[in-house]
Amino acid sequence: MTLAPPCPPATGAGPDFSLNEDQLLLREQVRRFAEERIRPGVQERDRAHRFPSEIVAELGELGLLGMLVEEAYGGAGADVLTYVLAVEELARVCPATAVTMSVSNSVCCWPIGRFGGAALKRQVLPQLAAGALGAFGLTEPGSGSDVASLRTAARRDGDSWVLSGEKAWISNAGFARYYVVLARTDPAAGKRGMSAFVVPADAPGFSVGPTEEKLGLRASRTASIHFADCRVPAENLLGSPGQGFSIALATLDHSRVGIGAQCVGIHQRALELAVDYSRQRVQFGVPIARHQAIRFRLAEMATELAAARLLTHRAALAADAADAAEAGEAGATAAGAAASDGAAAGRLAAEAKLYASEAANRACQDSLQIYGGNGFHDDYEISRLYRDVRVTTIYEGSSEMQRLVIARHLLQGR
Amino acid sequence: MEIQLSEEQLLLRDNVRRFATEVVRPRAKEIDQTGEFPREFFGQAGELGLAGVTVPEEYGGGGMDTLSYSLVIEEISRACANSGVILSVNNSLVCDPLLKFGSAEQKRDLLTPLAAGRKLGCFALTEPGAGSDAAGLRTLARREGGDYVLDGSKVFITNGTHADLALVFATVDPEKKHRGITAFVVPTDAAGFHRGQHEVKLGVNASGTTELSFAGVRVPAAQRIGEEGEGFKIAMAALDGGRIGIASQAIGIAQAALEDALAYSQQREQFGQNLSEFQAIQFYLADMATEIDAARLLTWKAAWAKDNQKRFTLEAAQAKLFASEMAQRVTNKALQIHGGYGYSREYNVERYFRDARITEIYEGTSEIQKMVIADWVLDKA
Repeated sequence: MTLAPPCPPATGAGPDFSLNEDQLLLREQVRRFAEERIRPGVQERDRAHRFPSEIVAELGELGLLGMLVEEAYGGAGADVLTYVLAVEELARVCPATAVTMSVSNSVCCWPIGRFGGAALKRQVLPQLAAGALGAFGLTEPGSGSDVASLRTAARRDGDSWVLSGEKAWISNAGFARYYVVLARTDPAAGKRGMSAFVVPADAPGFSVGPTEEKLGLRASRTASIHFADCRVPAENLLGSPGQGFSIALATLDHSRVGIGAQCVGIHQRALELAVDYSRQRVQFGVPIARHQAIRFRLAEMATELAAARLLTHRAALAADAADAAEAGEAGATAAGAAASDGAAAGRLAAEAKLYASEAANRACQDSLQIYGGNGFHDDYEISRLYRDVRVTTIYEGSSEMQRLVIARHLLQGR
Repeated sequence: MEIQLSEEQLLLRDNVRRFATEVVRPRAKEIDQTGEFPREFFGQAGELGLAGVTVPEEYGGGGMDTLSYSLVIEEISRACANSGVILSVNNSLVCDPLLKFGSAEQKRDLLTPLAAGRKLGCFALTEPGAGSDAAGLRTLARREGGDYVLDGSKVFITNGTHADLALVFATVDPEKKHRGITAFVVPTDAAGFHRGQHEVKLGVNASGTTELSFAGVRVPAAQRIGEEGEGFKIAMAALDGGRIGIASQAIGIAQAALEDALAYSQQREQFGQNLSEFQAIQFYLADMATEIDAARLLTWKAAWAKDNQKRFTLEAAQAKLFASEMAQRVTNKALQIHGGYGYSREYNVERYFRDARITEIYEGTSEIQKMVIADWVLDKA
């Protein structure tokens, strides 16, 4: 048996887990903003189910609502990892604000930037990047995980598309200026009969239902949206007719990284709270942080947090690689690696979302347990996080859907 | 941030995978069952630069980074967990501390043959009464002129049946607790040095585990590593690095189990379809892959931190804790997917399941890792 001698790697090559200066700076800025501007009143807004329009306006001024929009359209042109860091920091203070922000970025700006025509992008993206909110209409009362069963219809009429039907559980409904909406354009064509449209909030025939009351994320807005012969211009079609299903899946692949980041932010805060509380709380004559049962649970929370964060950051890098491969930007040497990473991006995003959401749920459960009875009281932040985190294993693809996505990749050898 | 392997690392991984597949894997099942220590494997690995992966070439090593070391241990363990731990002990627990704490002469004379794979090393810390509480060890080192005289015994010493050199931890004064512990390199053919029989174990059954005893073993002071009383620090530093090796071993075992489970689920038919068509099986596979990826990232990050002279005690403990518990879950699920065949020795998956179990115990139990991590989270972060 002869082998080429293993070559010593060149210095500095290979994995590098450090953040660059721009990323560190942005993370610091968003953390400060979240502590100074979002934390005050966070409990009051939760109790009142009040959507923080004034804070959302400031997010827009900071450029955080157009992070993934190209600079040519007024956006920040940030990479996905930078975006993920911003979501983490917002979620650490207010998961509801984080999802408002990530929905606008991930499932409205991103598919428009990727699949929209030039005229549509010129019209819509600068507004979104400047702070107008976006939303995404996929789910229907009878169509949740089974996306292909949706029934909202769109028919061509001259230079317009006319939509009829309804969508349920729409984040940012009523506050968004633009909605990316999936509708059926060919009833006979199954998955290939779906198309994606951009619907402005002032389109004739468009209306928003009453605000849903939720277990958590009460300062984010959720409502149904309705289309009664709602007319949009032909240029508001994303991609081509019939491409809607693949646009929806690509969008969800991308947005799952953002939800992973939301979970990491919540998990981070749940750990910080448990550490602080266990240092202060004295039982049996010592701070409970001296009890091994508490210490071990903190160690597990910290380890799972590190794993969730790494999976999420890895998925963010893969999403960038997938975008670069799509755009044909990969350089000659990086092309192979970027292509393989890009092909795995869907699996890595599903792994990140699955793991981060399940781990954040455990972390909030255990952090609350460390608080004992106090954790059950509405005055304590952990009780809000415990309610907020619950949806993360459900929305943007339930844990069960993530497992199906991952398994499909594995069985196809990816 | 960039999480792509470099071209050199990819090449290394391919080379080691080929060596593991063609040379290591064919003997894995047999040595598990006979308990025979694969001494010739260690020599072959040495020729490839794998006995001292991160030791500079001037001392006979591979001159590579810690991330490459992780890739080596993962690939070898994917074929044979015994071979993986044999290499990991020689690399992390013997070569690494000699490189870090040895004098120039010690590196030239003692490290070089170990890193080149001409001599096999073992790490003798654990005693019958001192496991997790290593500072309670009682092997005594008494100074006599230019020598030390060692008396005592060690247990569960990997590579112990075949090692040429032992890195032995003994105390010059039990009253001083961990401040009395001192490290020595002891040739295993020294007078008064005895080793016991190969211990038959649940898993990693061919890694030469045995007890060692010292009856007035005379060691020249020139073979003391570091100062008197520095031994505990040396042992803890070695174990920090060793945890990256064991995490990598756990990942290799789990990766093999996932691959076997994937293949089996796509050929085994029940109820008229492949197992892989059942949602329950798909969900197992998805969880297994996700946890393996998470463990690998934690381990690579610890390796990267070590290579960049950052503190990595926390990262290594998290990687080892997560990867070992992951491997236990993943091999258990892989066995479940195989059903009755998984319980049979005909398939490899029962071996993976047995081999994975030790990774939660040696080089610091899961409980010790949690103590280390909690100290950082509560007091040092």
